Amino acid sequence: MKPVTFNVWRGDADGGAFATYETEISEGMVVLDAVHRIQAESAPDLAVRWNCKAGKCGSCSAEVNGAPRLMCMTRMDDMPDGEPVRVEPMKSFPLIRDLVTDVSWNFEVKKKIRPFKPRPPDADDGTWRMSQDDVDRVQEFRKCIECYLCQDVCHVLREHQLHDGFIGPRFFVHAAALEMHPLDTEDRVEELAATQGIGYCNITKCCTAVCPEHITITDNAIIPLKERVVDDLYDPIRRLFRVFRRKRT
Amino acid sequence: MPEYRTYPYDVLVVGAGGAGLRAAIEASSSGARVGLVCKSLLGKAHTVMAEGGVAASLGTVNADDNWEVHFADTMRGGQYLSSWRMAELHAREAPDRVRELEAWGAVFDRTGDGRILQRNFGGHRYPRLAHVGDRTGLEMIRTLQDHGVHQGIDVHMECTVVSILKDDGRVAGAFGFDRQRGRFMLFEARAIVLATGGIGRAYRVTSNSWEYTGDGHALAYEAGADLMDMEFVQFHPTGMVWPPSVAGILVTEGVRGEGGVLRNSEGRRFMFDDIPEAYRNQTADNEPEGWEYTQGSRTARRPPELLTRDHVARCIVREIKEGRGSPHGGVFLDIAWIKEKLPNAAEHIRRKLPSMYHQFKELAGIDITTTPMEVGPTTHYVMGGVWVDPESQMTTVPGLFAAGECATGLHGANRLGGNSLSDLLVFGKRAGEFAVRFAGENGSASIDPGDVEAVAAHSLAPFDARDGDDAHGAGDAENAGDAENAGDAENPYRIQSDLQSTMQERVGIVRTETDMLQALDDIEALKRRAHRVRVDGNREYNSGWHTALDLDNLLVVSEAVARAAVARKESRGGHFREDYPDKDAALGQLNIVVRKGPDGAMQVERRPIAEMPDRLKQVIEEQR
Ligand SMILES: Cc1cc2nc3c(=O)[nH]c(=O)nc-3n(C[C@H](O)[C@H](O)[C@H](O)COP(=O)(O)OP(=O)(O)OC[C@H]3O[C@@H](n4cnc5c(N)ncnc54)[C@H](O)[C@@H]3O)c2cc1C
Ligand code: SF4
Ligand code: SF4
Ligand code: FES
Repeated sequence: MKPVTFNVWRGDADGGAFATYETEISEGMVVLDAVHRIQAESAPDLAVRWNCKAGKCGSCSAEVNGAPRLMCMTRMDDMPDGEPVRVEPMKSFPLIRDLVTDVSWNFEVKKKIRPFKPRPPDADDGTWRMSQDDVDRVQEFRKCIECYLCQDVCHVLREHQLHDGFIGPRFFVHAAALEMHPLDTEDRVEELAATQGIGYCNITKCCTAVCPEHITITDNAIIPLKERVVDDLYDPIRRLFRVFRRKRT
Repeated sequence: MPEYRTYPYDVLVVGAGGAGLRAAIEASSSGARVGLVCKSLLGKAHTVMAEGGVAASLGTVNADDNWEVHFADTMRGGQYLSSWRMAELHAREAPDRVRELEAWGAVFDRTGDGRILQRNFGGHRYPRLAHVGDRTGLEMIRTLQDHGVHQGIDVHMECTVVSILKDDGRVAGAFGFDRQRGRFMLFEARAIVLATGGIGRAYRVTSNSWEYTGDGHALAYEAGADLMDMEFVQFHPTGMVWPPSVAGILVTEGVRGEGGVLRNSEGRRFMFDDIPEAYRNQTADNEPEGWEYTQGSRTARRPPELLTRDHVARCIVREIKEGRGSPHGGVFLDIAWIKEKLPNAAEHIRRKLPSMYHQFKELAGIDITTTPMEVGPTTHYVMGGVWVDPESQMTTVPGLFAAGECATGLHGANRLGGNSLSDLLVFGKRAGEFAVRFAGENGSASIDPGDVEAVAAHSLAPFDARDGDDAHGAGDAENAGDAENAGDAENPYRIQSDLQSTMQERVGIVRTETDMLQALDDIEALKRRAHRVRVDGNREYNSGWHTALDLDNLLVVSEAVARAAVARKESRGGHFREDYPDKDAALGQLNIVVRKGPDGAMQVERRPIAEMPDRLKQVIEEQR
């Protein structure tokens, strides 16, 4: 056990400040444990979101010493010794209170992305055949736990606040999962360019760097989508070819 | 009058895990107005954490599998206390429900010929769990969520329902508040589906999150519905035991399904030492055969590590108690050893069990491809819950339905792994379907403003309690002036923690009459303390307040578990009594039911199980 100082953001939409707490840290503790200990000992009304404590639900997103992190997967023994730990809410979304932000915008964005539309079943019993190799590719995207850390770090949202015309890396991953789904027949390319702002992404790869699920957001999702946009919107012959090819697979 | 907003629905679904989402999808597909309420953000419910898979006899890996085998496995696992009709419907309908997920975009792992791959799990005769690595729950909840949001379901995230309101015996609506701002909400509904999940937070060591405070159980109980089989709590044999802050977090049974073995400090595979009679024919008696089974051999029998969870958990407790445990008070679970058998073992483990690899690496600093894990039992699942009609999922309260973990009937004395995710789909769909039907056949009911006022006052009581006051004054006039209620203001976290200790120590894996009677006394004392709970701050995102309100529910379910466990004087499935270590044939013919009596006290009833029809008896005979 050793005492560690925490500077935790306390406040709401009208403003706030860092408050300083000290708590005992034992072996194996993560930042979320420390926040809970502070809550139990000295700040019972400290607001924090969490569920699984195992990096599976994507609830406990925050910024720890300035880095977007899942608090439940950030070990205290990785923090620099003897220095205070700074914990604050994500910046791309409006603050509700303390460490909790209003992420409802993300849920609205998802509704606007065209849903999955499968090709007719392959077999008489209404089922499909897919090879493991084909599903591996989309499974990478489907690992997303919707923690929105990538949305938090992306400058288009964080600095430029272009929430109205840019869906953010999380939803490029979502669109990629649908576009590359072996059974899907829907076309989302036009909207990606026209209303969902894929052009704003200048491939800084900050999103990939923070993804706790290690999804290669930029290389595997965004760049292939950008290529589709170029192919489909500027090269009609390749567009035809792609639709044809996709129908056959 | 308290201030609140009103939301009118045909069907209100409380809970957005697999069961609630599936119910809401079904209900809204007929065009009904459907509201869906959940305590967390959408997609964060417990279902997201499920790892191993969803059980359905698709027969893609072994064509011998069919609904009859799945039915017989479920009944055997539940020690014949399950509702045979629910077990039948579940086994028959699960394959369609899983295939439907694929049509909605789910991407399961594949067999060589491109169909859905199925894996082995404890108590299932054939490889039966459709899965996606070890993140099946995420795949399932995301598929349902993404499908559901395009159906016009009205979702209220981060809202808590605190009471079911009735009109002349039937459901009229529900009252709750939004957690972000603390504002009250009144839901008018002709039918309500409870899909609130489990009760794990009643225990200290648990794989469950803060959400699992038995809300649906308590809401139904307070509304007059029956709870059944509450003595049956599943302690999963493998939870993390170290570091202390993650104790209880689940280690999927999939590890054992992929060939992981349990060893004690002497390196012995102790599971071979105690194989119950009922499973002897189906269990390997040597290590090579067990290994072959995990690799898909059709002739080999399963290794004893894959016996039912209750049994494996007790064997682990025995090893620890007798001094053969691991350094941090568990036993060893070793998957790294398969490198003796497979060329690319490390790669194979990372691919088959990615999130387990991740979890140990990041939380315990252990590489499971080289080092054995330390594991011990953790409170995982409650088989008991709200009694429902097998076909419709309606409770004894007209218009009140329940599905998923908060309902009971399918799992009897012990749930098989993978049977919960399928339960959510099969009975979530049924609950949605029958709730809509009920809403169509019954007009709207009216809500008594007096009821609303009383619940609102009760909810706010923790804010205005003063030292020595009765925090729940408005709702509990009979307690006013009770000398025992006098005392200092109480901290809700402390009461929750004391309750967890009581349940963990006295109504845990190994139970005795003396301990449980003591627990019931403790619970009474905790109830009195809960009346004096006091919270600071305002109503916005105030965890202290939320914890205070959850306490009422935790106390109801804890008492229900303890009372039912006292009444069942035998050992069966998840319920093990040191003072009655054997099964009692007579008790095997009945379920224990609890309900709120007219005097407000909890009543216990022993209810005989309806006789199984001959056609199902025959199925069980054939599968023996
Ligand atoms: C770590 C882990 C791994 C598991 N692995 C498997 C597996 O491999 N296979 C399997 O079959 N099962 C597994 N299970 C069990 C299974 O996941 C759960 O039993 C199942 O997901 C429960 O689903 P549900 O829909 O009933 O409830 P949940 O998914 O828990 O959802 C409950 C919902 O109710 C809401 N709620 C609760 N109270 C209220 C209230 N008062 N007001 C409003 N909303 C409320 C919650 O916010 C939540 O949205 C696992 C469980 C855990 C914990
Ligand atoms: S790569 Fe694109 S989406 Fe990702 S952070 Fe940079 S700009 Fe944003
Ligand atoms: S893509 Fe990664 S960082 Fe973004 S929401 Fe999903 S899991 Fe989080
Ligand atoms: S609590 Fe679920 S990801 Fe941190």
